[in-house]
Parts: sequence; C-alpha cells; structure tokens
Amino acid sequence: MYWTMILIRRFEEKIASILRSPEKDIKTPCHLYIGQEAVAVGVCAALKKTDYIFGTHRSHGCYLAKGGNLRQLAAEIYCRANGCSGGNGGSMHLIAPEIGLLGTSAIVGASIPLAVGAALACKIKRDHRVAVAFFGDGATNEGGFYESLNLASLYKLSVIFVCENNLYSTHLPIEKCLANTNISQIAKSFKMPAHRIDGNDAVKVYQTARVAVSRARRGQGPSFIECLTYRWLGHVGPNDDIDKGLRSQAELDSWREKCPINKLEKLLVGNKNFCSLHQQIDQTIETAFKIARQSPYPDIKELTKKVFKE
Amino acid sequence: MRQITYGQAINEALEQMMENDSRVFLIGLGVNSPWYVGATTQGLVEKFGKKRVIDTPVSENGFTGAGVGAALAGMRPVVIHPRMDFMYLALDQIANQAANWHYMFGGKICVPMVIRGIINRGGEQAAQHSQALQAIFTHIPGLKVVMPATPYDAKGLLISAIEDDNPVVYIDDRWLYDLKEDVPEKIYRTPIGKAAIRKTGKDITVVATSYMVQEALKAANDLAKENISVEVLDLRSLKPIDTETIFLSVKKTGRLVVADAAWKSYGATAEISALVSENIFSYLKAPIARVALSDTPAPAAYNLEKVYYPNYQNIITAIKNIIQQ
Repeated sequence: MYWTMILIRRFEEKIASILRSPEKDIKTPCHLYIGQEAVAVGVCAALKKTDYIFGTHRSHGCYLAKGGNLRQLAAEIYCRANGCSGGNGGSMHLIAPEIGLLGTSAIVGASIPLAVGAALACKIKRDHRVAVAFFGDGATNEGGFYESLNLASLYKLSVIFVCENNLYSTHLPIEKCLANTNISQIAKSFKMPAHRIDGNDAVKVYQTARVAVSRARRGQGPSFIECLTYRWLGHVGPNDDIDKGLRSQAELDSWREKCPINKLEKLLVGNKNFCSLHQQIDQTIETAFKIARQSPYPDIKELTKKVFKE
Repeated sequence: MRQITYGQAINEALEQMMENDSRVFLIGLGVNSPWYVGATTQGLVEKFGKKRVIDTPVSENGFTGAGVGAALAGMRPVVIHPRMDFMYLALDQIANQAANWHYMFGGKICVPMVIRGIINRGGEQAAQHSQALQAIFTHIPGLKVVMPATPYDAKGLLISAIEDDNPVVYIDDRWLYDLKEDVPEKIYRTPIGKAAIRKTGKDITVVATSYMVQEALKAANDLAKENISVEVLDLRSLKPIDTETIFLSVKKTGRLVVADAAWKSYGATAEISALVSENIFSYLKAPIARVALSDTPAPAAYNLEKVYYPNYQNIITAIKNIIQQ
C-alpha cells in the first residue's frame, strides 16, 4: 500500500509540476488526487484483480491503485494513441478492463448506478465478484445516488459505495451543499452498514473495506464507506484554490499535517533504506512521461471510428 | 405459418433470447405489471425467475445505469421504459454513459444493451404519457435506434438489438400491438440499418416510421383507386439509416413524403428531407412534404388528440398536394 501511495503521489506531483512549468504540455484537465491516496489504495488492497471498480473525473489514484498500467495512464494524459483509452478519453476517462476498472465518468454521480449494475451482473452470474463505486461528497447531491443505494440494498447486491468526502464539491464547501453533512447517516437509512472513517488512514480504510468486501462476497449485500479526506490541490489543475478565496491556508496546512503517506510511514519499521526505492519510482514515472510525450497522437482517420463496435 | 400479434412477437423474442443466452435479462418499470407493458413480458418471470426479470421501483436513472453497468460486466440487459416519456429521467445514463463508453475508451469495452421505450399515446393521457422521442436518441452518436412497424420486425429487430454489441434504443408502439401477421417460430434477425419496401409504386415515395408505415399503406391503397402509385418505405432503423434504399426509391419516383408521428422540428422528417436534398436534389420533381406532429405538447381532450396525431388522411393530402404541383 505504501509504495502505491508513493507512486500516486509522485505521479500527481509530476503532473502538477508540468502544469506549473512554462512548457505546460498537458492540455487535458487534470483533477489531482494528492492528499486522498489512502482511500483508493486502502480499498483496492482489499479487492481481487477480478473485482470491478468505477471511478470519477478524479481517478488517476484508483487506476493506479487497482494495478493499471502506468505508461498507458501517462500516455492517456497526453491523449496519445497508446493511452489506456486510445487518446479518446484524456485524464477524466480512464479504463483498464484487464484489472477490473470498467471506466471512469466525468459526470458527477454516474459511477454509482454503474457499479450497482456490475454487482447485479455478478449476482445473476453468481461469480462472487464485488463492484466498487468511487465518488465524491458532491455526488451525494445527485438523485441517482439515492436511487442506487436503494436498489443495491433492496436487491442485496455486492456493491461497495466509497464516498471520498474531501469537503468540497468543486468550489463549494460541503456545508453549502448538504443539509446533513454526515453522509454515512444518509446511507444508514437505506439499511446497509455505513462506516465513517479517517480516509487518510490507509490501514483503517483497508480494514473497513475488507469487512465490506467479505460481506458482499458472502451475498449479504452492500456497504457504504465514507472516507473523510482532503484534496491538497484545487478542484482542477495544480493550484490550491486558496488564491481564489475558496479555502484558507490554515485549513490546508492542518490537512497537510494529516498526510496519509506520513501516517502510514510512521507504522513502518526500518524505513531508512527507502531512498533507493523512491528514486526507482521517480525513474519509472519519468520514463512513462518521456514515452508518452514521444508517442503519436491518434491517427486523424480514427476520428470517426469506434463510435460503434463493428 | 402461424400468425401472432406485434405484442406477442416482442414477448416471443424476449423469451427465446432469454432461453438461448443466460446473459440476457430484463430490468425496468412494471415488467411484471399486468398493464404497464401490455402482454409483452407475460410469462417471463414464471419461466426465468425474479433474478432475470426485475420489476424495479420508480428509479429510471438508477435502473438504466444498472443496465449499463451490467452490460459492461458482460451481461446483455434489456432495460424497459413503459412510457418513453420516463426515459428523460435516464437520459444521463443513456446519452452520457452508454452512448459514449465505447468511443470514449478507445473501443476497449462495449455496451451491449437494449433500451426499450414504449410509445403509448392517445386515450387522453396528455403531454407526459404520450411522447415519441426518437429524435432525442437519433441525435446522439453511439446509439442505434430502431422502430419496428410490423410483428415480423418487432421480433426480428428485437433479436438483432439484443445481439448487437452497442446500445440500441428499441421503440415499440402500443398502437401496433394488435397487428397480426405471419411470424416465424424460430429465432431470426431483421438487420439493423436496413429499410424495407412495403409496397412498390412509381409516382411518389412515402418514407415512414413505425405506426405511420401502416397509415402510409392505407393511404397507398386508397390512392391506388385514383391511379396514384405510391411506394411505401418502412425505415425500420432510424440510426443507422438506410440512405441507399431511400435514395433508390426517390430517384425512381422523384417525389417524397416523409411521415413520422413525432415533432416536426429537427426530427426524423427533417433529417430525411435534408439527406435527400443534399444528395439527390436533382431527381426531385417537387418539394418534399412532411407529415409529423405540430410543435405542441400532446393534448388530453379527445377531439384535440384526433387532430394532433396524423393518420392516413394527412398522408393522402400531402401526396395529392405534391402530385398536383
């Protein structure tokens, strides 16, 4: 888990640094995951490769956490032909069916019914897989959220709702969006186990997800995990939205102190020799970005192809 | 060959496909209701169980999205909306998710699902239980749209739609449910994207969709008595559209009426007229005429309904106007 978190952190930092640099050669809007790494990593550590996940516009984290190919992700961020979505998706639309990521949607809340449907497929096929919907606190304002919770509970589906409560729905703070900011209470009313946990504690996330996964695999129905976390950067791009007056430096600082990676690091013994592994990860990321930049764009002839499967 | 109705043909297609392929299942509003979907799902829950015939709560966005998710996970769902009007509540999952998924992910995954919308107008049901929304869906890249006009195609197109690897919006019309004709007992396919000439003629072409095909045939029979020879083309598939068959017919007759019982503005009649004008304008001997709904919500009152919904008489008037020019 630790190394996956480092991988995600460094990957996102690399994007942020490119976006801040004069060359700024990434055009696709990037919604960065720095600060929230423990959620995707903790949940995905509790899953099998064959389990399904669905993500949002902010999904570099769950893509890597589930085991998605790094070079294909970097190439997709450059919208190149060898990207995971063939250059048709960009940062917000990632896929890796080979590891169970069936897609990420940039429509807020859309991942939720999709995961319910994948779990429904598992129930009909009796294949004992589980499906996870990752979504933010903003998505709990959508009607589809309530419909999905009800359907999943009604049909006892093997779905796990993972709400990444980072306290902001784009520019709006949660208290301006939700009459009840305790989202797990909403979920509880649908008669499913609903956990409200420290989303920056990877071990806690993992343990909670394990309970939910084993319950789902036994056919006992859905669970809800509200992970309290914080995105260090703004809604989109490399800045922190403090300049725009959307939040305070003090708030950001207090959450930086609760860094999920530092939290896990403290539990690890003998971390003095990690330096070379860090360098290795940075090197892997550098290579992925280098290859991505050199890769060709999709052929112009591809523009009108793939609308339908032939 | 035995004869069955349009409604029975849908039921038979569903039953045979569910029998044949364990990935096929039904999900939607009122699929086990005695009135919502006519008799088109009758007997299916008894045969296949509640696990594969899922009568959902009123959650169009949720259950349509669940259909998309199930399709992504390898199933072949048939999502049912007993009134097309309710599909607006599921538009995000249909248009933003299902339609885009294959393209947006570079062809890595497909969405093999049928979204069945039922047109059930008349009976003073008014504006929210009467709509024909084919134009909404034909506008969106990534969706196929079919509208069977006969019992044979009701079965054949549904089988093709279920077997298709893409999201197919299948629109059936309750006004056609009692129509009866020879329908093979076996599984067969009506190809998606292929129109059918229902009656050959030489003076004028009527391109029609769904219920309007039957009205066009009535019009053609009446006009035959006046020595006007009408060719009736059943579009069957609105997207992809069979321009080849349309163009061949219009080149032959030089005159065109387009009949689609949906709103005129930006609809199927507009699209077909534009395609003909763009591609074979020089063959036209007269301006194109359109028979469609006025840009008005569906009324309730019986006398207004009678005027609102076009029928064979409107088609006859349109044809005569053109022929006399």
